[in-house]
Amino acid sequence: MNVSAPLKASDFKSDLKPVWCPGCGDYHVLLSLTKALADLERKPEEVAVISGIGCSSRIPAYLKCYGFHGVHGRSLPLGTGLKVARPDMTVIVAGGDGDGFSIGGNHFLHACRRNIDLTYIVMDNRVYGMTKGQPSPTTEPDWDSALSPGGTGLNPFHPLVIALASGANFVARAFSGDIRGTTKLISDAVNHPGFSFIQILSPCVTFRPEQKEWKSAIHAPPVEATDDPARAARRIMTDDGFNVGVLYRGDRRPYKIGDGVEHKTVADLEQEFQI
Amino acid sequence: MSDQIKIDTGISIALTGSGGAGVMTAGGMLLEAAAKSGFYGLQTRSVGPQIRGGEAAALLRLSNHAVEIHRGGFDILFALDWSNFSRFAAEITLDENSVVIFDPEGGEVPEIVSAATKNIIELPIKKFASEIPGGRMNMIALGIVAGAIDLPKETVLGLIVRKFASKGEAVLEASRACLEAGYKHAGSVANAPKLVSDAENADVPRWLITGNEAAALGAVRGGIKFAAAYPITPATEILEWLAPSLTAIGGNLVQAEDELSSINMIIGASYGGIPSITATSGPGLALMTESIGLATAAEVPVVIVDVMRGGPSTGIPTKSEQSDLNIAIYGLHGDAPHLVTAPLSVADCLFTTQWSVHLAEAMQVPAIILSDQYLGQAKMIIDKPADVAFFADRSKVEKIDTAYTRYALTADGVSPMAIPGTAGGQYTADGLEHSVTGTPSSAAEDHHDQLAKRRRKIEGFNYGTHWAEIEGEGDLVIVTWGSTAAPVREAAELARAEGISVKTIAVRLLAPLRVEALEAELAGARRVLVIEQNDLAQFYRYLRGHVDLPADTRAYHHPGPMMLSTTEILSEIMKEHRL
Repeated sequence: MNVSAPLKASDFKSDLKPVWCPGCGDYHVLLSLTKALADLERKPEEVAVISGIGCSSRIPAYLKCYGFHGVHGRSLPLGTGLKVARPDMTVIVAGGDGDGFSIGGNHFLHACRRNIDLTYIVMDNRVYGMTKGQPSPTTEPDWDSALSPGGTGLNPFHPLVIALASGANFVARAFSGDIRGTTKLISDAVNHPGFSFIQILSPCVTFRPEQKEWKSAIHAPPVEATDDPARAARRIMTDDGFNVGVLYRGDRRPYKIGDGVEHKTVADLEQEFQI
Repeated sequence: MSDQIKIDTGISIALTGSGGAGVMTAGGMLLEAAAKSGFYGLQTRSVGPQIRGGEAAALLRLSNHAVEIHRGGFDILFALDWSNFSRFAAEITLDENSVVIFDPEGGEVPEIVSAATKNIIELPIKKFASEIPGGRMNMIALGIVAGAIDLPKETVLGLIVRKFASKGEAVLEASRACLEAGYKHAGSVANAPKLVSDAENADVPRWLITGNEAAALGAVRGGIKFAAAYPITPATEILEWLAPSLTAIGGNLVQAEDELSSINMIIGASYGGIPSITATSGPGLALMTESIGLATAAEVPVVIVDVMRGGPSTGIPTKSEQSDLNIAIYGLHGDAPHLVTAPLSVADCLFTTQWSVHLAEAMQVPAIILSDQYLGQAKMIIDKPADVAFFADRSKVEKIDTAYTRYALTADGVSPMAIPGTAGGQYTADGLEHSVTGTPSSAAEDHHDQLAKRRRKIEGFNYGTHWAEIEGEGDLVIVTWGSTAAPVREAAELARAEGISVKTIAVRLLAPLRVEALEAELAGARRVLVIEQNDLAQFYRYLRGHVDLPADTRAYHHPGPMMLSTTEILSEIMKEHRL
């Protein structure tokens, strides 16, 4: 690789063949992510992509960046630890709706609240695909499945509203099939300070074939992104769920504890124990 | 020879009172005054379930040589009142030589006390206090006890000035007057034992520290720069010490939303190349176990201090018990070789934590340290710990010329790690079984190779002599671990002074168990006694499963909340000796 030449999207892609089904929306997310990283002019070694468990959580290995494919639901804590310890790294946490909103739901709330400078991408297909078709927190209440015959009867979880209420600093919705739009949103999210959350509607053509119709339902938001959380919440709660774009941009200061400077030595710390 | 060996070293003192009486403050000052006067000692506390207030007992042992545990009896009991004394009665054993001081206004002397000793002294402490504007009973008690055991008044006065100067002249003056009043009445306790100083101790630099503080300091001495924290009794002090300390040395501590998060935060930070730690207790360790398996599979070093308390479930959060051995060793699913260590004293919390950081980093594995409530919260006067050369020294790749294989099959099983940011070292760490490159694989060969590599790393490592502390010789051998080592070692020393040969093996490295080394140390043993503080004899059964033990091996064990005392272990040694 010529280091002086600008990197292309393909320079961020590994040779590993994804386990995803043909037609899965996640292929497009992978493509958008590599394009965004090229646009951001990051080097692959400066980026870490962290995930949990599920179809979409396989994404780190398909990239040439540093990656961590952890346990189910704990991608945000992994990414948080990495970013706090290594603020020089660009940290992108990625996964699915079951991983992020069910088993990892508590971490989602607190990651939004903590406002660490990282980007969280959830590929939302409203189903557990890897375990072959069970309802997730974002599944419609009447969706019939073997595990919940006749549907769950439960209101779907609304990740964007919850992200907003919990303090996320950047909230956006994307559609995997809109590669240009998704690329731009990822790039904007990474550039925005603090915790950025993107819900990417990414169809599961195997267990939710009706999601193939999403491409015709998608539309751009009718108005510009707002920095007023109350306004953003109202829009998100009253829209049809298919408008894509930046919905909220906040200016909360990203989380920071220490300054990384050694003000004292360990020998200094020991003084307090001396008699 | 008598069955009763008198433990004549040092003075054991119990101060009890109801909430707000200030017995812990008085006890702490007594300990510090002893420290400043060249003595050794320790203080533990026994408290009720109340969040704040409630009856409390400050339990001290002071001596002219290092002591690590209560001996199992008390020379002086000072009861400011008898509020709920029955709760402490089992912990405060008295005999005919014990001196009891109490205020008659604080109620009747409980029968358990009057039956034990005749040396019961009535002093109207409350009345003394009421004669001094702003006077407090605990400061008078401090003066009486300090005077009775011959601690220099100037030393205690110095502490009072330091402690109360910031609270204004009135408070300071009241405390000073109370102390004077106490010293004046100390003569009423004429038959109290005296602290006799040993000139040799005078110039030895000493520290006053708890095991939790020592563990935290050991962590930063070893190179820890990141911690994630979720509060839990009795581990919180480790985290609270680390919070400002890590920031001061250029590191970070993040408070997590739960233990599932804290363990993953430290795995993430360590994956980033930064040595990382968390501290918890049994319930938190249970939540962490899945991810400790991730650290094992992905080969990310992390250190977890489990300050054990009574279990199972919420158990007894404020009392010590060695009952997390099984979960620490066996809690991970799959074949997951990892390290389990246990500090053998308050001072050893520092060494064992520092050593564990070194081991975890050297082998790229998780290390679980089994401290406990006793070690963690006991405040102790110790000799200044020596500097030891165990640091985080992870094998890393600096420059990558050819294709990088993160999980290469090396002779010792340790593969150099590419730290994020290193060009050409990009790989995906994975909890899925993987090939040498880190690519997910379900192939038998990869699974077998990686399992063997991870096992080889920790089985072939050279742990030196630190796997255990071994003392004495004899065909009676006591094997123990963790905080129980303190009373075992003291009891063995007392037995030796009486001419009884006994060898003690206090195991610091619990997993991987050094089977060959342990069997070599047991060669020639006729009888083996395995001593620990839990109900299921977990360590005994663990040894039974791995070590060729003599036929005459038995367990002596009981659960918390009572610690194993020097006295009871000595009595077990005597039983074995007579056999």
